[in-house]
Amino acid sequence: MEPVVHLRGAVTLLGRFPALAGIDLDVAAGEIVLLRGPNGAGKTTLLRCCAGLLPVARGRAVVLGHDLTDRGEARELRRQVGLLGHATGLYDELTVADNVRFWGRAAGATDDAVRTAMSSCGVDGRLADLLVARLSAGQRRRTALACLVARRPRLWLLDEPHAGLDQGGRDLLDELARTAVGAGATVLLSSHELDRAEALADRVVTLVGGTTDGNPQPSPAPTPTQEPVLAP
Amino acid sequence: MLRDAALIAGKDLRVELRSQVTTQQVAPFAVLVLILFGVALDPDRGILARASSGLFWVAVLFCALLAIQRAFTIESADGGRDALRLSGLDPAGIFLGKAAAIALQLAALEVVLAVGVVIMYGAEVTGAPLLIATCVAATAGLAAAGTLYGVLAAGLRVRETLLPILLLPVLAPVLIGATKSFEAALGGVASDGWPWCGLLVAFALTYLAVGTLAFGTLMEEPS
Repeated sequence: MEPVVHLRGAVTLLGRFPALAGIDLDVAAGEIVLLRGPNGAGKTTLLRCCAGLLPVARGRAVVLGHDLTDRGEARELRRQVGLLGHATGLYDELTVADNVRFWGRAAGATDDAVRTAMSSCGVDGRLADLLVARLSAGQRRRTALACLVARRPRLWLLDEPHAGLDQGGRDLLDELARTAVGAGATVLLSSHELDRAEALADRVVTLVGGTTDGNPQPSPAPTPTQEPVLAP
Repeated sequence: MLRDAALIAGKDLRVELRSQVTTQQVAPFAVLVLILFGVALDPDRGILARASSGLFWVAVLFCALLAIQRAFTIESADGGRDALRLSGLDPAGIFLGKAAAIALQLAALEVVLAVGVVIMYGAEVTGAPLLIATCVAATAGLAAAGTLYGVLAAGLRVRETLLPILLLPVLAPVLIGATKSFEAALGGVASDGWPWCGLLVAFALTYLAVGTLAFGTLMEEPS
């Protein structure tokens, strides 16, 4: 079975600087893979590449069957992935409910799916009617997570997802990621909170200087693919 | 595409309704511009009445710059641009939705400005159909061109200062055409204004077509 993420010698340039200088990585469907490495190792860049946001200049890069060296295919990929990064993409002037509804509907989610996502992330009830500008950092992260859940992506890309969350929020995030994987999604995350992230991940890949040199390449485990359905 | 456009326009208008920037900042700014023009040209109602068409559209242009800046500022905060790229929304739909939201805000501002021009400058409306057609065509052109250049400038660090420099020369045909058309509708011969209105329609259609085709590419990061 074809891996969800398949990179061979993938190079991405930020200006003239090779932020990724030859990445080899396979992620099988249903896996949770942790990217670790020092600051500047290329974790965020790799996640943005896998989301189709940054072009791959050289090498082979296929995500969910889309060739990332082709700009058109990279755009097609985007509707199937969910990226929770340092920025949340939320509109401060809108309420929590408005934000989740907007991003959910953009991905074709029904009102029921939006409500379920808000409930599963704990941003329903009174919080739903609050303006995002008035939320705490942790509440913002939960709202962004609800937007991601509402979109039901096949590939979850989580960049430092535990940052800013309290203990309950971290537990919730891990539970949602496992639920998504149970429903057929795949998770690629980066984190500096290694104890927690390693407990969540099936496998750890180390990035150093924009490469995956030194990591053994596992053969992707075949797992049945199915449309991800997230339980509340 | 139209579903996506409606989604984006609804979101942008909801942001404006909640933030009240158009009503509490841009509209007062527009009225202030009219008052300043009146003061600068002295209370000679004759000059003001004759110049009212040009002054009206210059004020609209200033307001359009603010509305366009605002439309892309909300997308650049907290990774909104990337989120939009990841949303799966049709770029042409995003373009049309943002342009529609800007156009609706401008239309509301034009009503305020029109009332101001009639009251403060003593302008007399003699060709209402031409006046309305001019407003619709010019507003569509301003919004379409503004959205196109707005996304172009939004990816740059100096966007606040760059946008007017990029956009004002492009909008010169709208200013000229709309002013000439308005002159015909405000005390002139209405039939003289329709060719200018035609120019505005052509401008709007051109930028709507270019924007629909090019917006997706312009939203991408330079490689």
